[in-house]
Amino acid sequence: MLLDYVSLSAAAAPLDIAGFSVLLLLGSALCAPFLSRWERLLIPAAFSLATVASLAAVHAGFTALVTGSNSAATVAMGLPGLPFNLRLDPLAGFFLVVIGLLSAFVSVYSIGYVRGYLGRRPTTQLVLFYLLFLAGMFLVVLADDAYLFLLAWELMAAASYFLVMYEDEVAANRRAAFLYLVVAHVGAIAILLSFGVMAGLTTGSGGFQSYTFDAMRAARLSPAWGAAAFFLSFFGFAAKAGVIPLHVWLPEAHPAAPSNVSALMSGVMLKTAIYGMVRVAFDLIREFPWWWGGIVLCFGLVSAVLGVLYALMQHDLKRLLAFHSVENIGIILIGLGLAMVFTSFQFHSLAALALVAALYHTLNHALFKGLLFMGAGAVIHSTNERNMEEMGGLIHQLPWTSALFLVGCVSISGLPPFNGFVSEWLTFQAFLLSPVLPHPLLKLLVPLGAALLALTGALAAACFVKAFGVTFLGSWRGHRRKEQISEVGPAMRLGMLGAALCCLALGVLPTFVIGWIDNIPQQLFGGEIAKSAGSYGWLWLTPYSPERASYSGPVVFFGILAMVAATYLLLHVRRAAIRRVPLWDCGFEKVTPRMQYTASAFAMPVRRVFGFFFAVREQVELVSPQNHPVMADTINYRLRIRDRFWGWFYQPLADISFWVARRAGKLQQGRIQVYLLYSFVTLIVLLVFL
Amino acid sequence: MTLHPIVIELIQLLMILFLSPAFAGWVKIVKCRTQGRTAPGLLQPYRDIARLFAKDVVLAENASWVFRSTPYIVFGVTLMAGGVIPLISVDLPLADTADIIVLVMLFAIVRFCTALAGMDVGTAFGGMGSSREMMISSLAEPAMLMAVFTVSLAGSSTSLTQMVTVMSGHAFVIRPSLAFSLVAFVLIALAETGRIPVDNPATHLELTMIHEAMILEYSGRYLALIEWAGMMKLVIYFSLGTAVFFPWGISGSGDPLSLIIRALFFVAKLAAGGAVMVLIETGLAKMRIFRLPDYLGSAFLLATLGMIAFFILE
Repeated sequence: MLLDYVSLSAAAAPLDIAGFSVLLLLGSALCAPFLSRWERLLIPAAFSLATVASLAAVHAGFTALVTGSNSAATVAMGLPGLPFNLRLDPLAGFFLVVIGLLSAFVSVYSIGYVRGYLGRRPTTQLVLFYLLFLAGMFLVVLADDAYLFLLAWELMAAASYFLVMYEDEVAANRRAAFLYLVVAHVGAIAILLSFGVMAGLTTGSGGFQSYTFDAMRAARLSPAWGAAAFFLSFFGFAAKAGVIPLHVWLPEAHPAAPSNVSALMSGVMLKTAIYGMVRVAFDLIREFPWWWGGIVLCFGLVSAVLGVLYALMQHDLKRLLAFHSVENIGIILIGLGLAMVFTSFQFHSLAALALVAALYHTLNHALFKGLLFMGAGAVIHSTNERNMEEMGGLIHQLPWTSALFLVGCVSISGLPPFNGFVSEWLTFQAFLLSPVLPHPLLKLLVPLGAALLALTGALAAACFVKAFGVTFLGSWRGHRRKEQISEVGPAMRLGMLGAALCCLALGVLPTFVIGWIDNIPQQLFGGEIAKSAGSYGWLWLTPYSPERASYSGPVVFFGILAMVAATYLLLHVRRAAIRRVPLWDCGFEKVTPRMQYTASAFAMPVRRVFGFFFAVREQVELVSPQNHPVMADTINYRLRIRDRFWGWFYQPLADISFWVARRAGKLQQGRIQVYLLYSFVTLIVLLVFL
Repeated sequence: MTLHPIVIELIQLLMILFLSPAFAGWVKIVKCRTQGRTAPGLLQPYRDIARLFAKDVVLAENASWVFRSTPYIVFGVTLMAGGVIPLISVDLPLADTADIIVLVMLFAIVRFCTALAGMDVGTAFGGMGSSREMMISSLAEPAMLMAVFTVSLAGSSTSLTQMVTVMSGHAFVIRPSLAFSLVAFVLIALAETGRIPVDNPATHLELTMIHEAMILEYSGRYLALIEWAGMMKLVIYFSLGTAVFFPWGISGSGDPLSLIIRALFFVAKLAAGGAVMVLIETGLAKMRIFRLPDYLGSAFLLATLGMIAFFILE
C-alpha cells in the first residue's frame, strides 16, 4: 500500500483519485519515449490519457470543494526521513478543478493540434513534457510540505521550459526560454527562502518535521519575520504570475510555446502562483497588518492597467493574449489584496466576498484565456501567420473558430451574460463595500482602485474589438491565397467548444459555483458571503444582501435573448429582399484590402492618449525616384513600441550581472596549477577559521 | 386598484419604445428654434423609421453574420436596458435582475457589437469609426461607472430601485460628492449618446464622424433598428440621470391614476432635460478628436473626486 492515510475515513477518497491522476500522467510520460516511432498512435493515446487524468482531477477536486472535506496523506517516497505530505482541502480542490478543467479541454484540442506537427518535427518530446507539466501542476496544488511543493514547482518550471524551447531553431524562442528559466529560478529561490524563514521559526517538533505546512501553520511569527516570509513568497509567486514589473518573460515565453501549451501556461500555470499566494497568506501566516493587502492591491492595479495598455499595442495575436494574462492576474490580485485588507480589519464576510471574486476570476480567466489561446492556435494552424496585420476576413474561412473566439472575446471583455462580467461585478461590489474601512490612506486608495479597474475593463473591450475585428472581420490581407485556408479538425473544435460552453454556463448560472467556492473562505478564516435567500435562490446572485445588490444571470441572458428574438421575428413577418452588392468604393474603383484599418491604426488613438507609458519610436520615410519632395513612390512606416520596464530595470540588471560574471570569469585561468592553488588557499582558510 | 408589476414593466417598455422618436423630434424642434431654422415637426422621426422599415436591404458582398445580427442585438439589448431603470414606478420585476453596473455593461455590449460591425465589411470608414468609438468609450465608461458608484455609495446599494427609494426619502441637500458626479455624468452622457461636443449626429463628413462612420454600410430595416435604438438610448440616459440625481416623483403607489400622473411628470422632466441639452449643444462647438481625451479625462477626474469626497467627507 503506497498511501498511508492519516485519516482513514471515506472522505479520503478524493485524494486517492487525485493521486491516481498524477500517477497516470507520470506513467504515461514514462511510456511515451517507447512509442516515439509510432507517433500517429502516440498522440491520440497520450492526450486521451491526459484528458482522463484531468477529468479525474476535476472529480477529486470538486468532491473536496463541495463537501468541504480535508484529507491528508503521507507517502513514503523521496529521501529517508523526508516523506512527501499530500493534502486535499477545499482550496487545493478548487485549484485542482481549475487546472483539470482547462487541461481536459486543451488535451482534447491537442489531439488535433499536435498532429499538425507530424512530418515536420518529432513530437515525442512535446508529448512527454506536456504530461510532466500537467503532473507538476497537480502536484504543486496537492503538496502539503515545502519539500514536495518546491520539487513539483521545479518539475512544472523545467517541463514548461522544454515546451517553450520546442521550436528551438528560432533564435527568439531560445532567448525567450532562457529569460523564462532565469526569472522562474529567481522566483523559486525567493519561495525557498520564504519557506526557510517559516520553517526556521517553527516551535516544538524541530528537526525534519518543521518543513511540513502543518508545522508552519502552528508557528507564531514575529511581525518582522512574518513580513519577510510573506514578501519573499509574494516576490517569488509574482515572478511566476507575471505581475508587473516582473512580467517581461511572459510575453516572450507564452507566444513561443506551441499554442496548446500557451493555453495551459497562460490559463492555469499562472494560477499555481495565485494558489501559492492564497496558501501562504491565508493558511500559513494567517495574521497580517492591512498594509500587506494594500501593497498586493497596488501591484494588482498597476498590472491590470499597464497589462491591458501594452496588450493594445501588440499586433502579434499570441503576444496580445499574453499581455492580457498580465492584466487578468492584476484583476485577481486586486480581489486578493482587498480580501487581505478586509481580513486584517476583521470584516470576515467582506473578505469572503473579495476572495470569492478573486477565485471566481481565477476560474473564469483559466477558461476564457485557454479558449482564446486555443483559438489563436487554430488561426495559426490554418494560416501559418501570427501577425494580425496579415490576416482579416477569416470569419468566412473559419466559421467555428471565429464564433468560439468571439465568445472568448466577449467573456474577457467583461460583458454580461458571460463569465468575465460576474467576477468583475463581484470585485466592484467588494470595492463599494469598503467605506467601512477605518484607515484614511485606504479611503484614498480604494476609490482610485475602483476607477482603475473600470478603466481596465473598458480598455480590454477596446483591445478585443481590435483583435477580433482585425483578425476575423474585413477582408483577407495576407499573401497566401485565402482559398487555401480551411477550418480546423473536429478535435480542436471540440476542445474550444467545451471551454466556450463553460464560459457561458459560468456567466449565466454563477450562483451554484459561487456557493461551492464559498467553502474556501469559510475554512480559511470563517467568513462566508450571504447565501441567496427566498425561493428561486439560484436565480439571484446577492453577495451581501438583496437590498445592496443583486444580479440574475439567467434573467439577463434570457431577457436579452427574448428581446432580440422578438425583434427578429417581428421584422420577418414580411419578407423584405436583401440585395448583395459589391462594396461601395466612393467611386474610387480601386478599393484594396490594404486600405482597411490595421491593428496599429486601430490602437493609434489610445497610443496617443496613453503615450507616456510606452517608449514609442515612429519613423516615416518617403522614397521618391527623382528626389521629388512631395511625390513619393513608396512610404516606409516603422513603429516600435517597447515597455519602459526593460530599459529601466532589466537592462541595467543584466549589464551588471554580465559585468560581475566577466570579472568572476577571470578566476578561470585554465591551468591546473592555478586551480590547485585555489584548493590549497581554501583549505588553509578553512583550517584557520574553523 | 393597483396594477401588477409585470403590467407596469410592460407599460414602461412601451413608453421607452414609442416615446423615444418623439423625444428625438422634440430635441430637433428646440434645436431648430435656437438656431433660427424651421423645425420638421414632432412626428418626423416616426416617419423616418417607417420609411426605412419599408425599404429593401442592400448588403455588402463580404458582410458576415456579425454584421447582420448586430442591429437586432443593439435593439434588443437597448430595450432590455430600458426595462431596468425606474421611470414611473419602483415595482419593476426586471430592475432586481440587473443593477447599475449591469446597466452600464449593457451599453458596453451595444458598443462592442456596433464596433465589430463597423469593421466587418472592411472599409476604412468603418474601422475609423470603431477605433475612435472604442477610444472614447474606454475613457467614458470608467467615468460613467465612477459617477454612478458615488451615488450608489450614498444610497448604499447598486440596485437602481433601491437607490431611488433611499435617495428620494431624503430631503434635498447639496452634497459635494453628488455635485461632482452630476457634472461628470452630464459630460459623459453627452459623449455616450454621441452629441456635440464629442460627436455630431447630423454629420456625414469623414473627418469628424464617429458613430455614423460605424453604421455607414447599413440600410433598410437594419438602419431603422439602429437609429431607433439610438433614440431609445438618449431617453434611457435621461431617465438614468433623473433616476440617479433627481429621484423625486418616481416611486409611489401602483394605481392607474397616480401612474398616469407620474408618467406625465416624467414626460415633463424629459422635455425640460432635452431643452437643457440643446442649450449645451448650441453653446459649444464640436471638439477635435484629440482634444476629447482632455474633455473625458476631466469628466473621469471629476467623478473620481466625487467618490473621494464621499469617502473622506461623508
